[in-house]
Amino acid sequence: MQNSPLLLIALALPFLGSLIAAFLPSRARNAASSIAGLLAVASALLLATHFQNVLNGEKLRYLGEWLPSLGLNFSLRLDGFTWMFATMVLGIGALVILYARYYMSPQDPVPRFFAFLQAFMGSMLGVVLSGNLIQLAFFWELTSIFSFLLIGYWHHNQGARDGARMAFIVTGFGGVCLLVGILLLGRIAGSYDVDTVLQSGAIIRAHDAYVPALIFILLGAFTKSAQFPFHFWLPHAMAAPTPVSAYLHSATMVKAGIFLMILLWPALAGTTEWYVIVTSAGLATLVIGAWVAIFQQDMKGLLAYSTISHLGLITLLLGLSSPLACVAAIFHTMNHATFKASLFMATGIIDHETGTRDLRLLSGLARYMPITATLAMVAAAAMAGVPLLNGFISKEMFLAEALDAQSGTLIDLILPVAATIASGFSVFYSIRFIHQTFFGPPPTNLPRQPHEAPHWMRLPIEILVIACLLVGILPAITIGPVLRMAAHSVLGDQMPEFSLAIWHGFNAPLVMSLMALAGGALAYKKFGARLNAVEESPIVGRLKARRTFEAVLAAVVDAARALHSVTGTAKLQTQLRLLIATALCMALTPFLFMGYSRGPEPDTLIDPIFALLWVIGGLCAIGAAWQAKFHRLVALILLGGSGLATCISFIWLSAPDLGLTQLLVEVVTLVLLLLSLRWLPQRKPEIWLQERIPASVRLRRSGDLLLAILGGLGMALLSYAMMTRPIPPTISDYFLDNAYSGGGGTNVVNVILVDFRSFDTLGEITVLSIVALTIFTLLRRFRPAPESVERPHQQRRQSKFDEEQEHRSEGDTLEHYLFVPRIIMQWMFPIIITLALYLLIRGHDLPGGGFAAGITASIAILLLYMAGGTRWVEARLNVQPIRWISLGLLSAALTGVGAIVAGFPFLTTYFNYLTVPIIGDIPIASALIFDIGVFAVVVGTTVLMLIAIAHQSIRSPRAKKPVEPSNPAKGEAG
Amino acid sequence: MEIVLSLAIGVLTASGLWLLFRPRTFQVILGLALLSYAVNLFIIASGRLRLDAPPIIGKSAEVDPSAFADPLPQALVLTAIVISFATTALLLVVLLASRGLTGTDHVDGEDGEL
Repeated sequence: MQNSPLLLIALALPFLGSLIAAFLPSRARNAASSIAGLLAVASALLLATHFQNVLNGEKLRYLGEWLPSLGLNFSLRLDGFTWMFATMVLGIGALVILYARYYMSPQDPVPRFFAFLQAFMGSMLGVVLSGNLIQLAFFWELTSIFSFLLIGYWHHNQGARDGARMAFIVTGFGGVCLLVGILLLGRIAGSYDVDTVLQSGAIIRAHDAYVPALIFILLGAFTKSAQFPFHFWLPHAMAAPTPVSAYLHSATMVKAGIFLMILLWPALAGTTEWYVIVTSAGLATLVIGAWVAIFQQDMKGLLAYSTISHLGLITLLLGLSSPLACVAAIFHTMNHATFKASLFMATGIIDHETGTRDLRLLSGLARYMPITATLAMVAAAAMAGVPLLNGFISKEMFLAEALDAQSGTLIDLILPVAATIASGFSVFYSIRFIHQTFFGPPPTNLPRQPHEAPHWMRLPIEILVIACLLVGILPAITIGPVLRMAAHSVLGDQMPEFSLAIWHGFNAPLVMSLMALAGGALAYKKFGARLNAVEESPIVGRLKARRTFEAVLAAVVDAARALHSVTGTAKLQTQLRLLIATALCMALTPFLFMGYSRGPEPDTLIDPIFALLWVIGGLCAIGAAWQAKFHRLVALILLGGSGLATCISFIWLSAPDLGLTQLLVEVVTLVLLLLSLRWLPQRKPEIWLQERIPASVRLRRSGDLLLAILGGLGMALLSYAMMTRPIPPTISDYFLDNAYSGGGGTNVVNVILVDFRSFDTLGEITVLSIVALTIFTLLRRFRPAPESVERPHQQRRQSKFDEEQEHRSEGDTLEHYLFVPRIIMQWMFPIIITLALYLLIRGHDLPGGGFAAGITASIAILLLYMAGGTRWVEARLNVQPIRWISLGLLSAALTGVGAIVAGFPFLTTYFNYLTVPIIGDIPIASALIFDIGVFAVVVGTTVLMLIAIAHQSIRSPRAKKPVEPSNPAKGEAG
Repeated sequence: MEIVLSLAIGVLTASGLWLLFRPRTFQVILGLALLSYAVNLFIIASGRLRLDAPPIIGKSAEVDPSAFADPLPQALVLTAIVISFATTALLLVVLLASRGLTGTDHVDGEDGEL
């Protein structure tokens, strides 16, 4: 087994193209299609370089380690069969891209189309090349998603949206089933590796879980391959642009299910269960699809049901479990892809040039578009199984297999009859397709005057039709080696002898074939003219699969709604109560079973001052809780009291960094909350002040109180139990040991933040930045409530005072308000900034660091705002917080990238000491640059938030009316 | 000391929870702030109580881990402080925006429970 990175490149190219196309301008039709086409061809050529290897029976591999410890790797494999399939996906893909270049209208966003198409192609290639079953299921889901996007490409069209949704729900449901089946299969085989699974066929088939695994996998394959009773999504998917139909319903998407069944054929086939399920599903699909196709009036609808029928044929062959039938299935997969793709493309041309696909309107087009007509006729003849075309040979093999499979069961008995009848139907609808469209009198009432399509648009069809002819006339030398190679890599030792020839003598299959041809032709002659009046297909049309699907869907949605209305609530309070109550119960459970006891460690001696601190802190907390409703300012001050107690406790408990940061954050939070107070509504007194408070409200409040007390009690008991137990060994010792020797800093907490766990910190500052930007965006559209718009009470009183005094003009008092503190605060600015820088630089060794320094710096700016007012600061100081944020994030990320450049893992630190005269040794570590990044982000975010909120005070008066036009808000404290 | 700190965590949690269940957004914000004090203290306590042993090591090669307070919970709490500041600010702004939009400061955007 040979390792080949080419496989990865071949798989990556379509996705790369998709990405490129996604960024092209929406008019770049030529660029998008050329890139897409070239990449598809390049990818196919890459695989072609391996043709000789796979022809010799070699298997190629690519293994990229992902989570080797869990046995999960990215693995690709290429053998004869997957080579054949991948080449089909890419080859027909390239032709479809060429065709789509001419089909798509310049008015549509064509690059988006090619982005979806290439992503779909890549996903399909991923399904084919996957060497791991779970990875296969992943790409399988991707094909569902991208087919959804492709089918719904014309999303302004209701039919396209519905069709896309239906296809997605059905195939998505199948995808989930497939995943379950694959997990079961992997469990049975002991590995998810495709080759391992294929080798353990005997174990799998003998296992108890074989039947459930088989059913789930087949559900996945049947939904994807539109097997009865999941066939109904396929005709609705015809709302897609025709190139999409030509691609999805010939070589890909629906063939993914077939691919899976062939791939797993050696592991799963051969049992009675397989035979019964697969054969009967295939048979039903074959007959029903062919029957319904006869009655279609839309050309694409006819082709859709014909596709269903041919997929049924392939499935049926796979169900028969004989090696020769498997060869026939592989062969017909290829043949169907070629003739069906060309027929879809021809339909697209007709639709494009005449403006309709309705068989009842079309007639006599052969005289307007002779070349397209000829091509379509050859392709349709291949579909009908006319000799000298590829469809004939594989159909011949199919009929021979249908006759051969005789073990006496009911299915076996009806098989030859049903096969002949279905072939007859196929002849019937093929003739109708051609005769209605191209023959007869010249058409009337067409939306457009028909004419021949451009040459490049016909080229893909010509190539495909020539392939049909070559394979049909010279099968042994054209397709023979490839088919043999593909079949051999699936079947291995079971490889049967078969000969690809047009003439096998006058035998039973030939008779059946001729009967089908004659019967179909006769039936068309007799009934063909009447079909134009038929609205829905007889017998099967009654099944109404679509209506059932919609009824089931509606029932599911209704049930979900009902369940939600019973169990869900939109009320935040109820949700929080439930959340906390559940958490309490969860936390209580282990104690109920194990009992509660304090640990063995003795208590440390209580310091009376610490106790006193928490008497005050606790009272503050309770007071804040009590007063938060009516006295917001008091509650804020009390909150600050418990915050301060927390701060002091941090310092007491040997966490100076935390004490420092908490204190600074406390200041900023307090200011933020104070700034917001103005915009809150005035609290009305209790509405039940006069009368008694209603019992329900009392009950609710007591319940809340009880829950809160229980929660508090629980936390207290839990903390006590935890603190009195010895600490288990943790990684902290490692951090302490290596902080200086490995990280170059003596402040271990800071070293953890900027070195050991700097990836976390990088994430954290990203979160901070996002929050700041969110706040900024939210406040740009901020509209205060009407009653908050008026100037604050105090400012109004000051203005009134100014008006009453003769020698004062309005705004004077405001300007002189807090004059002395203002000067002091302004003078403190440089001092605080210096402090911030000091904290930043010493952070690696002593308490401080980027966070603390950043908040300190923002406090300096905050003080300026408070002292001078928003306008004063904005006129003098141009802080550009967003620039700070981006520079900060950049420098932090680049520090990490620098390590990669130097050949170390992301965010590895480099450090050394730099001797500066007078100051002495200062640590120069790349962690410092990282910490500067943290500093910049913190400054940027904090200032952005504060400015955004403070700025509201300026714009709010304008929202109502220019009350004070001359002198707006000079000394306003934001 | 352990008892005092446990009681402190308990009282902070209880007051925070009570406020969390209140209908007005301002109360909920204060409740979250109190809860975050409690949780931060709890995390610090998970490194056990150490007095006068800040994790600031000397520059010698040998470090005795038992001589210092556990730095890991401290690093976690430092992160938590900053993040809870950010969430408080965000919640505050959402509250202001919602109040401007709906005319009420009820947590559900409409006056329901009082």
